[in-house]
Amino acid sequence: MTGPHPLLTVENLALSRGGRQLFAGLGFSLSPGQLLALRGPNGAGKSSLLLALAGILRPAAGRLDWHAEEPPKLHLLAHQPGVKARLTLAENLDFWRAVNGPTGLAASAALERVGLGALGGLDAGYLSAGQTRRLALARLLVTDRRLWLLDEPLSALDAAGDALVAGLIADRLATGGAIVAATHDDLPGATRTLTLGPPA
Amino acid sequence: MSAFAALLVRDLRLAGRGGADALTLVLFFVMVGAVTPFAVGPDRVLLARLAPGIVWIAAFLSLLLGLDRLFRADEDDGTLLLLRQAALPLEAVVFAKLLAHWLLTALPLLVASPLLAILLSMDMDVWARTALALLLGTPALAAFGAVGAAVTVGLRRGGLLGPVLMLPLSVPVLIFGAGAIAPGSGDAALLFLAALSLVSVAFCPFAAALALRVGSE
Repeated sequence: MTGPHPLLTVENLALSRGGRQLFAGLGFSLSPGQLLALRGPNGAGKSSLLLALAGILRPAAGRLDWHAEEPPKLHLLAHQPGVKARLTLAENLDFWRAVNGPTGLAASAALERVGLGALGGLDAGYLSAGQTRRLALARLLVTDRRLWLLDEPLSALDAAGDALVAGLIADRLATGGAIVAATHDDLPGATRTLTLGPPA
Repeated sequence: MSAFAALLVRDLRLAGRGGADALTLVLFFVMVGAVTPFAVGPDRVLLARLAPGIVWIAAFLSLLLGLDRLFRADEDDGTLLLLRQAALPLEAVVFAKLLAHWLLTALPLLVASPLLAILLSMDMDVWARTALALLLGTPALAAFGAVGAAVTVGLRRGGLLGPVLMLPLSVPVLIFGAGAIAPGSGDAALLFLAALSLVSVAFCPFAAALALRVGSE
């Protein structure tokens, strides 16, 4: 199901890392309101595909067509949270809000949304892995961007955290955004699934 | 707060909270000055004659030693990857970090230079020229260093590889820097230093950003 104005069209994409081809001939398109779940065994190239979409890895072949937005404004939730242990939660978020553009929620509101509202003045180094993940998710809220690239969004999160991610995803999709998520779990609201095979 | 200012403030704040780490380079700088009289003997005339060279060697080495931290922390916690999606281009990110790095590593050396002047029995005139030469020359060292740091940031234990890579490029700074302090030197060396700094600060953020882009592939 492709909408009338896709956000992104991928044609014949091939990626290799370290001289080894991960996949080739990959094609899909993504429209506003869609959540594309990337599945596949470890090493299939899910994270690499996200990095390629983020413009960090150069495809070995193929084309990314961003249609209206070039270069695309997107959020990447990578394995590493990009959180500074010596800054407080609020300072961490204020930094990303300033650097990415203050178009979303205020830092305090974003912390409230991810369930860290009471900890704004705490140094981020004291957070647990799950809380750090929540802080990384809050970064997506302080700047409003249509496309989210999520790498294992549910890792380290508890049941309430899973529900939180589901809520954030639903909100993003409902307001005209689109999401590509690499995952091993069942993401609620996944409208499409792309399964990458084991590496050749 | 603009994105550029936010980067600058964050780096300064992180350094402030890092505590003693920020002082390591200044201590190294002063230590070189402190041990020199023991190594070459307490001959005041000889010390004064060697002083310009020693100050520059001390500044040069302590700046090179500090290079690795320019991108290391941001690379290790994933911030560098996320900064690729920032509202400002990577070149501007590098420039902001370069500016913060200079404020954190080179400026303290300038502040500590009177101490070195006393240890090396420099007179006030020579010290003033030394401070001016450091002020004009250290931006070039930091800028060249940023390229070396960007090239080696992907290597887990890059450590001193960046400084070694950038050593040949930095040698002209050392030559003109020491030349500017030497007795009887004119202003030409200072002008050369200023030119080196202006050119390198203008071009190195582009080279460093390119290195970071290629390095993350």
